Amino acid sequence: MNVLQFFQQNHAEVLELTLEHLWMVFASTLLAVLIGIPLGILITRRPRWNKPVLGSANVIQTIPSLALFGFLLPVPWIGARAERLAILALTLYALLPMIRNTYAGIRGVDPAVLEAGRGMGMTDRQLLWQVEMPLALGVILAGIRVATVISVGLATIAAAIGAGGLGEYIFRGLAMVNNQLILAGAIPAALLALLADVSLGWLERRLSPREVTRPVAG
Amino acid sequence: MQTASTNGVAIELRGVHYRAPGGPDILNNVDLHVERGETLILLGRSGSGKTTTLKLINDLVSPTQGEVRVEGRSTREWDPIRLRRGIGYVIQDAGLFPHFTVERNIALVPRLEEWPQAKSAQRVGEMLDLVGLERVIAKRYPRELSGGQRQRVGVARALAADPPILLMDEPFGALDPITRDELQREFKRLQERLQKTVVFVTHDVREALLLGSRIALMEAGKVVVALSPDQFRASPDPLVKRYLHAFDDVPPSDRQRGLA
Repeated sequence: MNVLQFFQQNHAEVLELTLEHLWMVFASTLLAVLIGIPLGILITRRPRWNKPVLGSANVIQTIPSLALFGFLLPVPWIGARAERLAILALTLYALLPMIRNTYAGIRGVDPAVLEAGRGMGMTDRQLLWQVEMPLALGVILAGIRVATVISVGLATIAAAIGAGGLGEYIFRGLAMVNNQLILAGAIPAALLALLADVSLGWLERRLSPREVTRPVAG
Repeated sequence: MQTASTNGVAIELRGVHYRAPGGPDILNNVDLHVERGETLILLGRSGSGKTTTLKLINDLVSPTQGEVRVEGRSTREWDPIRLRRGIGYVIQDAGLFPHFTVERNIALVPRLEEWPQAKSAQRVGEMLDLVGLERVIAKRYPRELSGGQRQRVGVARALAADPPILLMDEPFGALDPITRDELQREFKRLQERLQKTVVFVTHDVREALLLGSRIALMEAGKVVVALSPDQFRASPDPLVKRYLHAFDDVPPSDRQRGLA
């Protein structure tokens, strides 16, 4: 039985696992955005927090994914359901690109622009929302893109703890030494990663300030 | 807004010291006053403290000792946001917001002050006329402008809310000589019309003599002399002489030009 036939016969299950996969990626990326961007902003304002925050995010990044799932298993509410645990682990991995890119994006804003804004009487909040965030948006979106693509790949491992997703086929295929089954999980996962990369890349180009230009007329 | 000159002090620095946190002394006992409607030039080389002196006036920097009074009130008593919105600020590379159109850049302070849309838009048009830019460029982004145009927009933005005081930090320093010359002359005409209180930082003696009603020469965190252009040319002070000699082609004073 080849992969295409497998998809034909099991399309309902493939769809279900794909949706589970997407949900884990979406929920974890959203959480990482909600936690990572404020942390990134914080460390541009309080340089003392810079090392501890970026350091911790870095350390998390170095923990092998299977080990991280293992560490989180005894955590009360989280460990109770495999899906929660997987989302938390993916969130933790996505934090570093979010924090780092928010920080780098804001720090990359031309100091002359900030000085002019402050000198003309903008408050810190106005500078952040009207100047720094819009100008950092491209870099922040690049961070979201990287985090999403990494999550799509990592989410396959969540099947090891029974969280479902396309990793289900990969692990089943590994256990049964069935390459077709492994491909049935790996191909849709790879397509999802590509899709996320292309669509977020498009969004990034659309929204980043470098592109807010138009041909000079006259 | 005050219109005539020599009718009061707009800005006053009294015994100002400034030391950067953990750094060396940048300003050492600076006393200086700026009269309403005059153009005071802060002339000096890099590191002489002229830009720091400028930033004391809009409270981007606070004195470690002494006080800075703007319109009779110490900058310590001013709400910094209110103070800064009443002071136009122009810096070397213009510092325009790259993601805003020319229109939104100029309307920065009017928008912060929540002017009605129509009033703000009308003001943008007037400002473009004032600095000699065509109104069609209002919809463009800073990257689509030349250096000279950008700096004109910078001046328009600083003047948009009609502040009585204008601070300019080497505004024409990054321009090519021809554009610089053009902008200097236009600025001189503009200032003769508007009579703002201007503090202008430069390291260029020619620019200082052309634009200033008084020139404060700074060196190593101190004001060495503060003289009118004619007094400056005639000054026996050795440092002043060195500055004048560094530029052989100092433009003649108005009086000398009249005799020629």
